[in-house]
Amino acid sequence: MDAIYVGALIAKILFVLVIVLTLSPVLVWADRRQSAMIQDRLGPIKAGIPIGGGKSITLAGLLHPLADALKFMWKEDFIPPAADKLLHALAPVISVIPTIAAFAVIPFGDTIYLDHLFEVLPADPSGRAIPFQVATLNVGILYVFAVTGTGVIGAAIAGYCSNNKYSLLGGLRAAGQMVSYEVTLGLSLVGCFMLYNTLLLEDMVAWQVERGFFAWGIFRQPLAFILFYAGSIAETKRIPFDIPEGESELAGGYFTEYSGMKFGMFMMGEYIAMVVSCALLTVLFFGGWSVPFLARDGFHLFSSHLPLPHIAVTLIYIASFLVKVIFLLWLTLMIRWSLPRFRYDQVMKMCWRYMLPLSLFNIFVTAIVILLANR
Amino acid sequence: MGKLIPKPKMSAIEAAYVPEIARGLRVTIGRFIKNTFTSRDNASNEIDTVDYPEEKRVYPERFRGIHRLTHRADGSPRCVACLCCSTACPAQCIHIEPAEYGPNDARQGYERYPAVFVIDELRCIFCGFCVEACPCDAIRMDSGMHVPPSTRREHFIFDKEMLMAIPGADGTFETQNPRHEPGDPSHPGIDREHH
Repeated sequence: MDAIYVGALIAKILFVLVIVLTLSPVLVWADRRQSAMIQDRLGPIKAGIPIGGGKSITLAGLLHPLADALKFMWKEDFIPPAADKLLHALAPVISVIPTIAAFAVIPFGDTIYLDHLFEVLPADPSGRAIPFQVATLNVGILYVFAVTGTGVIGAAIAGYCSNNKYSLLGGLRAAGQMVSYEVTLGLSLVGCFMLYNTLLLEDMVAWQVERGFFAWGIFRQPLAFILFYAGSIAETKRIPFDIPEGESELAGGYFTEYSGMKFGMFMMGEYIAMVVSCALLTVLFFGGWSVPFLARDGFHLFSSHLPLPHIAVTLIYIASFLVKVIFLLWLTLMIRWSLPRFRYDQVMKMCWRYMLPLSLFNIFVTAIVILLANR
Repeated sequence: MGKLIPKPKMSAIEAAYVPEIARGLRVTIGRFIKNTFTSRDNASNEIDTVDYPEEKRVYPERFRGIHRLTHRADGSPRCVACLCCSTACPAQCIHIEPAEYGPNDARQGYERYPAVFVIDELRCIFCGFCVEACPCDAIRMDSGMHVPPSTRREHFIFDKEMLMAIPGADGTFETQNPRHEPGDPSHPGIDREHH
């Protein structure tokens, strides 16, 4: 492993961290402003840096997350006297770190060939090839399930260690809900695995790119898309599945006893988990970084060809991936502000009695179709 | 026995939930687009927020706001301390101590004036009966302002000077009704000597 690979690796990690850590506060802002727009309000627009003359820079409210973060840092970090101090401090960390770690295998763009950066990519590129994802693991998406599955431990521990009945109930609900939906989440994707014939996220994107726009997962596996989308909203514990934090019954749910930056970490974890699930949805169902008609050597529209240098194509790919993720995040926020909350029994019933059989049905149908197509 | 209301039956499409979510999303997304991509002055923009301290909604013309004591041409209060307002007041928030004008004043023995005129704005229920009761158009609630908020009770005890320092919504301290002082040509001529 030489210096360029290490440098590229560090650059990729920084890229991912910057994307994730900027998207989560921006999402807090988007969540509040978007809900305001839906509900005919203005939302948070007041926090600003004064520039004199009674005016201030507000950036349409984008400074509110900054103000929130400052406030979180200066707040008293209260730990209930009878709480388990170690677990109380550990729980927010456990719920944030794995969600960030899940980004390691998500491909943000196509493989970059360093020797061909400023020319049109030839058909058989040579030289250094750097895949645009932090880690090319051979378990691929299973890794994502493994690390995001750890998130439930954070919520459960937070509920358990706070020595508060509401927290405990919230933790129990979180554990029950997240474990249940993980089953559906995994099974809903089995159809995709069979179709793409791989577990590697980069190969899934490659499969969709190869076969063009109408091979995107959303057209080939629409049922899996709906099930996975619903399941991922349930995994991120957002409305209509925000049973674990149900304000009306459980005060704040499993993080009732958290204040300051520890609470902030739970909130950040929730938003990062949203970004993870939307990035996964993009990779699995929206062709990842691909752009219709844009091949690695430029645009191909019918018989005409517009050649583009490799670096431009790479940048377009990254932009396309981010645009798709941001669109899905917007849609997720839209759903969150459109739907009322389910009851706990409804959440469980929906998971085990409707979504699980439907995902099994999806596997069955996909298997039959693939079998018939390959005869 | 209560009446059993049967649950409305859901059609298959409604029970499938996804089309209904799409219908709901159509409403919210429509709202979102309308409010995000039109300016505040556009007729189709439905955001009604008033940025309160910076931007104030004008009260209607007949809004009963903070009281004021109107002035005569010479700047003295029109009030003749007849106590009609404090008598009419259902909240008993008006306190008046009447006094006689000095011996050289044309109004001496003909009118009194309020030496003390205090309104407790916290007790006031803003019914406007005092304005109705006043025979001299001396107390009015046409200032177009609400009582400014404060954290101290003393700030709500408005004395005579305070009440006289509040202008009407048009910015003047006098009223449209002319006042006929003794000695004015328009004075009806009825006073202590001629009645």
